[in-house]
Amino acid sequence: MLLAPMSSRLNTETVGIKRDAPQARPDSSRWRNWLGVTPFFLFTFLFIVLPSAYLLVGAFRNNSTGQFTLGNFLGLFTPEILSAYWVTIRISAVTALGGGLLGFMMAYAVTVGGLPRWVRTTLLTFSGVAANFAGVPLAFAFIATLGRTGMVTVFLKTILGLDLYDQGFSLYSFWGLSFTYLYFQFPLMVLTITPALDGLKREWREAAENLGASTFQYWTRVALPILMPPILGAMILLFGNSFGAYATALSLTGGFINLVTIVIGSQIKGDILYNPGLGYALAVGMVVVMAMAMMIYFALRRRSERWLRQ
Amino acid sequence: MKAPAPSARRHVQTLWSWLWIVLGVLYFVVPLIATFDFSLRAKKDVLTFLAYGRIFTDAAFWRTFSFSLQMAFFAIVVSILLVVPTAYWIRLKLPRLRPMVEFVSMLPFVVPAIVLVFGLIRVFSGPPFRLTNTFAGTNVLLVAGYVVLALPYTYRAVDTGLGAIDVRTLTEAAQSLGAGWGTIMFKIIFPNLRVAILSGAFLTLATVIGEYTLATFIVGNKAFGPYMSLIGQNRTYESSSLAIISFLLTWAFMGLIQIFNRGRAEGHLAGAR
Repeated sequence: MLLAPMSSRLNTETVGIKRDAPQARPDSSRWRNWLGVTPFFLFTFLFIVLPSAYLLVGAFRNNSTGQFTLGNFLGLFTPEILSAYWVTIRISAVTALGGGLLGFMMAYAVTVGGLPRWVRTTLLTFSGVAANFAGVPLAFAFIATLGRTGMVTVFLKTILGLDLYDQGFSLYSFWGLSFTYLYFQFPLMVLTITPALDGLKREWREAAENLGASTFQYWTRVALPILMPPILGAMILLFGNSFGAYATALSLTGGFINLVTIVIGSQIKGDILYNPGLGYALAVGMVVVMAMAMMIYFALRRRSERWLRQ
Repeated sequence: MKAPAPSARRHVQTLWSWLWIVLGVLYFVVPLIATFDFSLRAKKDVLTFLAYGRIFTDAAFWRTFSFSLQMAFFAIVVSILLVVPTAYWIRLKLPRLRPMVEFVSMLPFVVPAIVLVFGLIRVFSGPPFRLTNTFAGTNVLLVAGYVVLALPYTYRAVDTGLGAIDVRTLTEAAQSLGAGWGTIMFKIIFPNLRVAILSGAFLTLATVIGEYTLATFIVGNKAFGPYMSLIGQNRTYESSSLAIISFLLTWAFMGLIQIFNRGRAEGHLAGAR
């Protein structure tokens, strides 16, 4: 069977959908079929659904009286919490845009850009590593690079006479954290957008050129409209990737940046909001934002599959 | 018919492409060089591997590293045993359920790790589970959390792998030769999925080994991620050497995936940390 020819594979796939192939062993009972998926659903119920449901219920409950309330969600509208959401959203948007642009251009370079094949292979391997190099060690690496005594900081100061920290830059602030996040953001963009760029057909470009289109016209009228859904989709993926990040921000800033994940972390350690319900509402708010992002992502992906199916 | 000056345009395009690649490579490499350089400066005015020596002779390093390795191992075993039979069964017997299983396996994308650990601690610290009262209980909880984090990648890798083999014919051929479900699973399905399983396993390993968020709240400083964070707070040069070690580990795991997967770019993505 390991040597199965392509034709047999095609054949059973159509057959398998249209009518059930005869069973080698007759199925005595239908409920036994369901037994096969019980472990999976039991596990996901216990370790995904139950924890999420606990937070959701807690968010709608007054913690001293135990009654239903919307008060916890109203409590989110305080300047401090709103600012945490705002900073988190801004940092996610900035790194999604920046990482998206850099990642797209690099993916462009190795697909359409006509660079040798080995560049592509190397870039994809590198991206696989860098996209997974996040958290505590990434923070260390950027402290050694852009911290006060970091290599790049010192280099700019001694060679170019430019003192980043005098200019108001700090690694432990918004922009510093954004630069750090970019390290895992743009590789993720490279990995997600390369297949879409591979899907651009040579014929489309030739057809456009035959009709007298310039390179600029080809990109603005043909390629980019086709690529827009996957580009946006990938950027939303990047957005979600930063939005949920905790370890990198914590070890870089020591918790002194006001991100939603950091606030939740402190709330788990010791109810710093002085209201457990408010903590739950904060967490539910994150899930809502992530759910919206993912819904848009899947809608866009479905759209892009129409053109870029190979 | 070509655009006006094809060769000139090609040159501009190539130059433009190299420009972006160089920019990206600088972003990749400069922090690594800086970190490596920093890790060698534990003594004044000489380059030395002293910081590495201190890490490798630190008992806590080996203790936490082997602890995280064990947690990763159990997470990998559990997720394979959970995902492979389910994905197989769905394809064979319950294709109608597939969108639902796919949806469930994507849920971890929507629940960030910090929210997941929040919920896990609140649910499992109280009755009837009380998992957080014992060491064994916290380990179980951590492994379960890691299985959840890895679920989207494992499921997708396995499901793609199953799509490439002819599940139904294989099953029927095995059954007509008298094989039971156990034989089918372990002698036919698992071997045919080894590429998917191995890449899923190493991706899980790369994600879990230095994982911080779940580990710090569930088991504290017993795990490698929190240990690195602790070193970062007290020891400057050692933390750089840990970053380099951890980068090399990630590199090794990803390189192995690349070898299994020859040429396929998929399945390299892990979640936010």
